[in-house]
Amino acid sequence: MTPTLAVFKLASCDGCQLTLLDCEDELLALAGQVEISHFLEASSSVASGPYDLTLVEGSVTTAADAERVRAIRAASRHLVTIGACATAGGIQALRNFADVDAYRRVVYAHPEYIDTLATSTPVSAHVDVDFELRGCPIDRRQLIEVITAFLAGRKPDVPNHSVCFECKRRGTVCVTVAHGTPCLGPVTHAGCGALCPAYQRGCFGCFGPSGSVNLPALIPVLRRDGLDEDDVQRFLHTFNAAAFDEELSP
Amino acid sequence: MTHRGSRVLHVGSLSRVEGEGALHLRVHDGTVTEARLEIYEPPRFFEAFLRGRSYTEPPDITARVCGICPVAYQMSACAAIEDACGVTVDPVIRALRRLLYCGEWIESQALHIYLLHAPDFLGRASAIDLARTHRAEVERGLRLKKAGNSLMELLGGRAVHPVNVRLGGFHRVPTRQELRPLQEELKRALDDAWDTVRWVAGFDFPDARVEADLLALAEPDTYAIEGGTPTVLRADGTETAFPVRDFTAHVVETHVPHSTALHSRLDGRLHLTGSLARFAISGAHLSPVAREAAVAAGLGDPREGAVCRNPFRSILVRAVETLYAVDEALRIIGSYEPPEHPYVEVPPVAGVGHGATEAPRGVLYHRYELDADGLVADARMVPPTAQNQGAIEDDLRRITQSAIAEQDADDDELTHLCERAIRNHDPCISCSTHFLDLTVVRTAGDTAGGCDV
Repeated sequence: MTPTLAVFKLASCDGCQLTLLDCEDELLALAGQVEISHFLEASSSVASGPYDLTLVEGSVTTAADAERVRAIRAASRHLVTIGACATAGGIQALRNFADVDAYRRVVYAHPEYIDTLATSTPVSAHVDVDFELRGCPIDRRQLIEVITAFLAGRKPDVPNHSVCFECKRRGTVCVTVAHGTPCLGPVTHAGCGALCPAYQRGCFGCFGPSGSVNLPALIPVLRRDGLDEDDVQRFLHTFNAAAFDEELSP
Repeated sequence: MTHRGSRVLHVGSLSRVEGEGALHLRVHDGTVTEARLEIYEPPRFFEAFLRGRSYTEPPDITARVCGICPVAYQMSACAAIEDACGVTVDPVIRALRRLLYCGEWIESQALHIYLLHAPDFLGRASAIDLARTHRAEVERGLRLKKAGNSLMELLGGRAVHPVNVRLGGFHRVPTRQELRPLQEELKRALDDAWDTVRWVAGFDFPDARVEADLLALAEPDTYAIEGGTPTVLRADGTETAFPVRDFTAHVVETHVPHSTALHSRLDGRLHLTGSLARFAISGAHLSPVAREAAVAAGLGDPREGAVCRNPFRSILVRAVETLYAVDEALRIIGSYEPPEHPYVEVPPVAGVGHGATEAPRGVLYHRYELDADGLVADARMVPPTAQNQGAIEDDLRRITQSAIAEQDADDDELTHLCERAIRNHDPCISCSTHFLDLTVVRTAGDTAGGCDV
């Protein structure tokens, strides 16, 4: 039996599921290994579950989506969340620290028509998740690894160390040490290949906190490198706002 | 043949579009009385949480509005904030921005042509399905798309949400040496783009005509991509233009009486932005090879004022634009000399700035109000799909009306036709979320939230 693959989307930018279509060299080979049963962005042919492997992009921001994610879970043997929205609430989790009614009024002429929850939460806050793939956006190579691993029935080989390890491996000179550039690399989950320092800027935490980090220890370094308190807040409160916040107030 | 009386058609989850939407069609006594494109993407509130952020942040943050056209958001944000701060970038930086934007055009247009749109013309559900009979063509499409992504990865760091863009330019600019391997890939892509034009020119195109005004940016001597003056071509052939700073005075969001959905109107009329509009307004500035392709594809000679108003033929225009973007990227790389500094300084100034660029799907306008500390006091974005929504619905109404009148199409045929009509416009629903229609009438069979599991 060919395993079935489904891709679903909640509140998000589409970038993580696009990453699957961006696997130009692997896409047709992958399509030969699985049956794509539900992937609205790519196909108008839709089959009902159960699905062997389901990828979910996006965060839960409406009551209807909270309901939907439970139905998706029930129809999936393995459920993998892809991207910062699905694993940490994404940038739209900034509402978790604000007044969502004020947000409604800023953006919409008729806020009363807008149906939204006061929070943007990760899929794991609602249902059991078998694996979380980080990133805003996810990395193509890691996505292939995760899909391949699930198809082979093994654990994905996705390291949990920080971006600093990737910088060292890439041979990039440390932007903090050499230039005093504020960088979240020491506390950010690896996966992008230490992209930002290679482009001479500090890491801004797209992949969220790495395992066993000591985020409070980094704050004085960020201050030393010129960020005031508001700057530090904004730096951490971006694409993985809720996840970094959790690290600060355990 | 008699009409079939009243009926209501509903497609719960549109496929092969970016983001999530539905369509709703009401037919009464053989007349289409309502055609509604419903967008049920949850709101994400970008304009709200941009308030209080540093003026340096919108290029990275607004990229997250859309994973398909992040560069468009980065470029419109930079243009608007630099406008507020009174800064103009050097020509070399501007050329590099255009080069990055060409990468996005190539990958996004190739995605639409091969993965979203072509299957419609060949009766397939997806590109993967299409590959069973047209393997070489799909492989060509993926190769072309990859060339665009390679360009974005080299210049921007990655294809989705590039990291290398900043106010005033780039964090790091490439050396000539670094760009060289791209030239080989792009030369191959030029052949692939040409073959794409020839391939899609052989498709069957139903008759249809968009009556809406066409809106695109225009520049005096180039095909506008990363800037220009908003220019309108009306159906009667008259052309007008207005400054970017007056954008929201012309493109106005209104409520229509029968719906809570916000619709854009351009000076009170429906308008369409995107490939058809750009070709009509800037076509004369296409490079010789792209002009030649347009003529070969049967679009006519843009120097002689060729205009294409058939939305089904937009795939041809997209193919020509892809060829142009590859050609233009090769031209920019060929004459590239790295600038002394990767960016110009952009000191914060209290004020208001406006910026508009040509996203693959059409004009994307940004406006920022900054305070003296360089914090964003107010942000506004008007994405192309939201502008196009009214014209798409009008198009749906027209196309379904003629299908009913000419062949008394049954519900399945009509539904299929409607989906095609929407995909003709390559709508990106992810970015149009603040035009949310929440008066969705859910009919039986459309389960909660549109989930089919």
